[in-house]
Amino acid sequence: MPRSLWPWAAVLLVLAVMAAAPSLFTGIDPDAADLDAPLRPPSAEHWLGTDQNGRDLYARIVYGARPSLLIGTGAVLLALAAGVLIGVAAAQLGRVADQVLSRSLDVVMSVPGLLLVFLVVAVLGPGGGTAAIGLAVVSMPGFARVARGEVIRLRSAQYVEAAHGFGWSRAQVVARHVLPNAAGPVLALATVSLGAMIVASSSLSFVGLGPRPPTAEWGAMLSESREFLALAWWPAVFPGVAITVAVLAVTFVGQHLNRRVEGRHS
Amino acid sequence: MTPAGPLVAVRDLTVRFPVRHGMVEAVRGVSFRVDRGQVVAIVGESGSGKSVTARSLAGLAGDGARVGAAELTFDGVDLREVRGRAWRALRGRRVGFVLQDALGSLDPLRRVGAEVAEPLRAHRIVPGRQVDAEVVRLLGEAGIPAPESRARQYPHQLSGGLRQRALIASALAARPDLLIADEPTTALDATVQRQVLALLRERVGDGTAVLLISHDLGVVAEIADHVYVMKDGLFVEDGPAAAVLESPSHPYTRTLVGAVAGHGRGARPAGSAEPRSAGTAREVLRAEGLVKRYTLPGRGEFTAVEDVSVTVGAGETLGVVGESGSGKTTLGRLLMGLLEPDAGRVLLDGRPWDGLRGAERRAARRGVQMIYQHPLSSFDPRYTARQILEEPLRADGTPREERDRRVASLLEHVGLAPDVLDRRARELSGGQRQRLAIARALAPAPQVIVCDEPVSALDAPIQAQVLDVLTDVQERLGVAYVFVSHDLGVIRRLSHRVVVMKDGRVVESGELEKVFDHPEHPYTKALIDAVPRFAWRSSGVSSGGSKRGASVTGA
Amino acid sequence: MAGVLKTSPAGVAEARNRRRSGQGRRTLVRLVLVRLAASAGVLWGAVTVTFVLLQVMPGSTADVLLARSSVSPEVRAGIVAQYGLDDPLPVQYLTYLGRIARGEFGESYVLRRPVWDEIAAQLPGTLLLVATTLLATVVASVVLGVVSANRRAWVRSLFASAESLVVALPPFWLGLLLLTVFSCTLHWFPAIGSSSPSGLVLPTAALAAGPAAVVAGVLREGLLRAMDEPFVVTARARGIGEAALRLRHVLRHALLPVTTLLGWIAGSLIGGAVIIEIVFSRQGIGRLALSAVANKDMPMVIAVVLVTAAAFVLVTIAVDILTWVIDPRTRDAGR
Repeated sequence: MPRSLWPWAAVLLVLAVMAAAPSLFTGIDPDAADLDAPLRPPSAEHWLGTDQNGRDLYARIVYGARPSLLIGTGAVLLALAAGVLIGVAAAQLGRVADQVLSRSLDVVMSVPGLLLVFLVVAVLGPGGGTAAIGLAVVSMPGFARVARGEVIRLRSAQYVEAAHGFGWSRAQVVARHVLPNAAGPVLALATVSLGAMIVASSSLSFVGLGPRPPTAEWGAMLSESREFLALAWWPAVFPGVAITVAVLAVTFVGQHLNRRVEGRHS
Repeated sequence: MTPAGPLVAVRDLTVRFPVRHGMVEAVRGVSFRVDRGQVVAIVGESGSGKSVTARSLAGLAGDGARVGAAELTFDGVDLREVRGRAWRALRGRRVGFVLQDALGSLDPLRRVGAEVAEPLRAHRIVPGRQVDAEVVRLLGEAGIPAPESRARQYPHQLSGGLRQRALIASALAARPDLLIADEPTTALDATVQRQVLALLRERVGDGTAVLLISHDLGVVAEIADHVYVMKDGLFVEDGPAAAVLESPSHPYTRTLVGAVAGHGRGARPAGSAEPRSAGTAREVLRAEGLVKRYTLPGRGEFTAVEDVSVTVGAGETLGVVGESGSGKTTLGRLLMGLLEPDAGRVLLDGRPWDGLRGAERRAARRGVQMIYQHPLSSFDPRYTARQILEEPLRADGTPREERDRRVASLLEHVGLAPDVLDRRARELSGGQRQRLAIARALAPAPQVIVCDEPVSALDAPIQAQVLDVLTDVQERLGVAYVFVSHDLGVIRRLSHRVVVMKDGRVVESGELEKVFDHPEHPYTKALIDAVPRFAWRSSGVSSGGSKRGASVTGA
Repeated sequence: MAGVLKTSPAGVAEARNRRRSGQGRRTLVRLVLVRLAASAGVLWGAVTVTFVLLQVMPGSTADVLLARSSVSPEVRAGIVAQYGLDDPLPVQYLTYLGRIARGEFGESYVLRRPVWDEIAAQLPGTLLLVATTLLATVVASVVLGVVSANRRAWVRSLFASAESLVVALPPFWLGLLLLTVFSCTLHWFPAIGSSSPSGLVLPTAALAAGPAAVVAGVLREGLLRAMDEPFVVTARARGIGEAALRLRHVLRHALLPVTTLLGWIAGSLIGGAVIIEIVFSRQGIGRLALSAVANKDMPMVIAVVLVTAAAFVLVTIAVDILTWVIDPRTRDAGR
């Protein structure tokens, strides 16, 4: 990994630890309201200031890492699993299955992403899990298409043809050559999607379709800050910085991993 | 115009490019001249600096290139002093350029006519209203049939040969004094190559000088007056074309000449009495009445292979000759049992593929292996050379302790050093990759190896080495080859018997000498005619073609 | 295949060529028809999915449609009759298809208004925002792309870093920041809920920033790649000027991937506008959709989803036609 990426890798590590064990970073209760100290600017006592209920913003951002990052990550994992399953099935189960599955994907992709999530939320009711499922439905077709394309491409690749010539069985060839080589592009898409999914999940929380209050979630915190925009800038700034930094770290480290995978393939 | 001095005079030309640390010198001090009406060739392998040398004459050496010379003149103009806008007055107007990569040199989004018209408009050669008529005239002059409708088409609708003609028409549109042609015939089939060369030759008749850049000595022999041989940024030899090619003095030139003419080690002596001939050797592979058709969406059915029967004896090489699209690659895959024929059958060691199922069929597969044109795409990109060689051994259940020994002996057979084992294929050179591919094909101890254009992507000297390895391996292990190629020189060098394919059918077959020396089918005759004469002359075969005045026929 | 074409006799090739050039317009018509048919299929699939959703949601379909709002028994009976809820399932499905096909999306029992009236009232605002955003994206990305397509590596990496940053910004947060700075602090633009033209500036900026950064990057890569294409070097070797070179050869090639990308962006903007409308408290489909979701107002949710899907599909067809016009290679691809 190039030296310039080390800070971003470190950020990623810190965020992961923050999501796993927030109490390591702060002793303050993120939900403890202090109605005597609303909208205090950043100070030694409250590093990033307080919100309208006098809750410590730093503590809320630290505790907000888990819900904020988990929804996006969960959505990508769900989409990856479902997409690969559908994509491989479309590639392997013959023409009819391929047509049915591919056209179904077209239907899913015809609805603009956010409105599809709205539909899912309308059916399942708002919440963190629903948001993750909704986002997974939106990004699943991408994974399915890549997985299908890769399997079809590799099936006629010369090195797969050559492997058949060594006398392997069909399953052995798939396990030895097709799946490992298809994994690269699929995982590349996953890392690219992760940043977008983190932004999307915070958007959902922002409009109130994410985890229920008073859960500290970065998008939801920004939503609460809107009413006090004229009075205090800090509640509207720091959670956004947290989202942006997380997305940048995921993007840069992901791009690096992708380049390494690509280098191996070309 | 002063007819006295040379058109181009170059002394001590150097071209350097900035790289990460410092500069790399691509051209290291070359001197040459081109006279009016002369064809001068610079011959060398890829990376020898020949393209950069030519591009320097048009100020197109590339980004950041530093061009230095003691003398660099074009018709008396000192090119060292030419800057920016002044280059544009030269380019296209005085110096026409046909760049390498015929297929990518026409803008795919513009009509062919617009591309040819570009120099006409840029230099106001003819009044605007006459441009269209002039374009049609130029295309026609370049031997393009029905030029009016071709001018309205897009490049992707033209064949490679037509595109190259259009490019030449565009380079000659402004009647330049010098035409620089960089690899003008690479990627074209032999018959088309010949037509393009004839077109160039015809232009010289009009007094245009040609600077020809090529890696292909056959092309050079066809039309050049004077030849410079380039290696690692320097000229190692030069002289009149006939003299350089027929009695090369520099060892490097000799390898180039030898590689084309089949003078290398292990070439099959023409007409010699081989100990075995067809019929006497035990038959290992037999195809009977093979037919393979594909359905093309919207274009109906397309027959790739039509009623093809061939036999291959043990330890024998069957050459399969054909141009692109003749069905030879499909035939190779049918023989390997990778494709099911629509009719006919293939027998390996007397047993038909279609009678084999499951494990039996998989085991039989090991008997026929394949070597591809681009070995890199036939290796799993994640694998090191060791894993590549071990894979077939694992597949046939060779015990672990045995495998290392086998890998070492395979490397030895193909002349690779053991230090390649821990590298990935893309870190190896082209020649090393193809040796690795041969070693892997040998690993399952096959009876037959199908070689699909195995050397056509390699430079000439490397080609010769790889062909030597193939010959060597055959003598030592007695493996049979089905050798598929469009290159008659290569076929001639390796094959005992040949079949000639055209449009999916075998048009002629028989012993090598019989087919090559006394071709019967008109297509075979045309193919042999199309090979640059020099290659045959050097190997003692006469040719029907004449050097000058070859006629141009529709592509 | 190329080889087969290559060896075909000149006469046959000639005939094929004549046919081809004469067929230009007809193939376009066929392309549009084929794409329209495919789109109709896709939309039919989307309608079917919404029907299935209505069936599988907990509670009777009438309850779902009513979103638990209290209505008189007569209204309820009206719904049952309208949707044919007493009929067997296949008949219900056909009734449903027929209603949607006629554009009858029913009544929002939450808003107590026909769904279509409400959408028709809110759609123009959203479309206006999407249009200004697309325009801003194209202008900004072409300017940035051309300026940043610089041979110097550090200039390129500077722009690339800035683009990564802008892409990582959540648009709704960018909207908040713009509001904080330009409305609350500088008072240059109206704060929120404004329908005046100047009220469009900040939402457009917030929405266009990300797409513009993405497109600028793609355009820059395309320009640089095209500059190295053999046909560009060839054109330069013909002695034409740099301006003509860029205009005639380079820009068209760089714009090809951008057209595809813009089609996709136009579709996703419909979703993005929803969020931005909420940030800026603008009237539009966004607020309508959000309140419908919050209230489980299914007739409204379904109508919004289907209308936006139809818009998205139309944009895709437009992009296909545009690609057809720019790139002659695609004209033969469908045959």
